[in-house]
Amino acid sequence: MKILVCISCVPDTTSKINFTNNNTEFDSSHVQYVINPNDEFGLTRAVWFKENDGAEIDVISVGLENTDQILRKALAIGADRGYRINQEPTDSYQVAKLLSNHILKYNYDLVIAGRESIDYNGGMVPGIIAEILHLNYVTNCVDLKINENRAKIKREIEGGIETLSCKLPLIIGAQKGLVEESDLKIPNMRGIMQARSKPFEIIEDNKAETKTNTISFSKPDNHKEIKLISPNNLDELIDLLHNEAKVI
Amino acid sequence: MSILVYIESNENEIKKSSFELLSYAKELSKKLSLKVIALVINCSNISTLQEFGPDKILSINQTKLNLFNAQNYAELISNVSKSTDAKNIIISDSVNCKYLASLLSVKIDAALISNVVSIPSSISPFIVKRSTFSNKAFCDIKINSDIKILSISKNSFGVNKNKSEPIIENIEKDFIESGIVYESVELSSGSVSIEDADIVVSAGRGMKGPENWNIIEDLAKTLNAATACSKPVSDLGWRPHSEHVGQTGKPVSTNLYIAIGISGAIQHLAGVSSSKVKVVINTDPEAPFFKVADYGIVGDAFDVVPKLNEKLKAFQAENN
Ligand SMILES: Cc1cc2nc3c(=O)[nH]c(=O)nc-3n(C[C@H](O)[C@H](O)[C@H](O)COP(=O)(O)OP(=O)(O)OC[C@H]3O[C@@H](n4cnc5c(N)ncnc54)[C@H](O)[C@@H]3O)c2cc1C
Ligand SMILES: Nc1ncnc2c1ncn2[C@@H]1O[C@H](COP(=O)(O)O)[C@@H](O)[C@H]1O
Repeated sequence: MKILVCISCVPDTTSKINFTNNNTEFDSSHVQYVINPNDEFGLTRAVWFKENDGAEIDVISVGLENTDQILRKALAIGADRGYRINQEPTDSYQVAKLLSNHILKYNYDLVIAGRESIDYNGGMVPGIIAEILHLNYVTNCVDLKINENRAKIKREIEGGIETLSCKLPLIIGAQKGLVEESDLKIPNMRGIMQARSKPFEIIEDNKAETKTNTISFSKPDNHKEIKLISPNNLDELIDLLHNEAKVI
Repeated sequence: MSILVYIESNENEIKKSSFELLSYAKELSKKLSLKVIALVINCSNISTLQEFGPDKILSINQTKLNLFNAQNYAELISNVSKSTDAKNIIISDSVNCKYLASLLSVKIDAALISNVVSIPSSISPFIVKRSTFSNKAFCDIKINSDIKILSISKNSFGVNKNKSEPIIENIEKDFIESGIVYESVELSSGSVSIEDADIVVSAGRGMKGPENWNIIEDLAKTLNAATACSKPVSDLGWRPHSEHVGQTGKPVSTNLYIAIGISGAIQHLAGVSSSKVKVVINTDPEAPFFKVADYGIVGDAFDVVPKLNEKLKAFQAENN
């Protein structure tokens, strides 16, 4: 089985989000970049398929040079081959088209992406790829089993879990639950050493259009003062929630 | 040309979020001078939609559509948007809508903007605000495509009544078999889902252990609220993963969010901060959650929560 894991390189969850250049650009100074958490769950599941079923894992990211460290980390965790499409990601269509161009060339049985990236939060890239390439697509995946040529998938829905099945090739949107948090792989010394000699290719491809442009950023308004209520005066809280906030 | 609104339902009941979508579409229709068409699948109570101003309702009743299948639903909306010449499609940001929207966008060659939080600030060029960086920021997006799908963040626009007398038309559609086979579903019984709840009662590590959750569940029951938790609580197995909210869990955008024994770490706040009203109950006055909440109680949850529950019950008895 050949697996491709799509990795988005995102600011660490503790990052302060600031903008520069008159609020038109993300301020990346002092920001630590990490593998998008949803993609990390997907990558760990891929490594499980490698260890148990002998799957081969490629990892790919659309991004500039600063993305390389993230792909190296993925190689250290257990991926076999890395690819970087050398373009600045500008919108989901461009990213999805570039990834589709690659997938079309390599015939993967399984493509794993994240449910959403924690920076853009689009939740769009895997679905667009699926429709461009006519692949079966299931997102919000919390369990994935593969037997021969068939996948059985559990998907989180509002108020429950549904079970679906389909033939490969398949593209999924991974999220927490696909593997346990405690099973997430951390690169060890041996993995880091091995990663240095694994194949890593930089792809030049600019054949993708964008449908949107981000023109400026803003931050939420500063919050108004909190009202503190004494634990001995809970009637006041109920009164405020009822008459002022009008939520009960 | 028209604005098409996909009205989502749950077990043949129209979801409340649809009223917000129609309110949004109505406002947009004034800017664009277009009619609003509502597309409803397998719902009986479509007359409730009249309160929110659609010019036309397209109603489909087909047993094949009883189970949600993203591929079939996307195909259907694509057909309808073509036959109604809809250049603007309005959908919710629910899990299922996000799933089908990306497929739909390719089928109709549209730009899809998710997490939209307000009406476009400009029509030509078309510019709309969306939330980004897990609610830590917003961005203005310029859409370069003639056809657009806007997925609206829950509770970001609000509901406005606007009575109309829509034409109601029944339609039928054929489908190609989808490659995805539906096998089964397990619903967590009896509880309100986080996505649909108007009120969410959420608790953290301050609760000390799973055996203490009864006071949280009692409060949620009184308020007809969903229960949620912080990440460590689900990691420790005190509560199911489906209750984990925050940047790496479920997003919460509800009317009232009550945080009990939750410190308010940046990743937690990122996922819940778009809720309208936030109440914090915490023993530590320095807990970061106090910086973002509307109302706060510095106090012990084990003392405050049961008392609050009793007082709420008394309040409800009086007001009913
Ligand atoms: C990559 C990454 C992603 C993450 N994603 C998320 C996420 O999506 N969601 C999330 O929630 N977290 C997330 N976290 C974890 C986050 O950083 C915090 O560790 C977590 O939110 C803390 O949970 P807590 O508030 O329940 O626990 P604590 O931080 O331990 O806080 C417990 C609080 O309870 C209070 N307390 C104690 N006793 C009482 C009492 N008797 N009555 C009232 N209050 C009391 C304490 O004063 C304290 O403020 C993430 C972390 C990382 C690294
Ligand atoms: N620049 C990128 N390179 C590779 N994969 C990406 C990129 N951006 C997004 N993805 C994948 O698409 C998923 C959803 O991203 P998004 O649509 O931006 O929320 C991510 O979890 C990744 O798996």
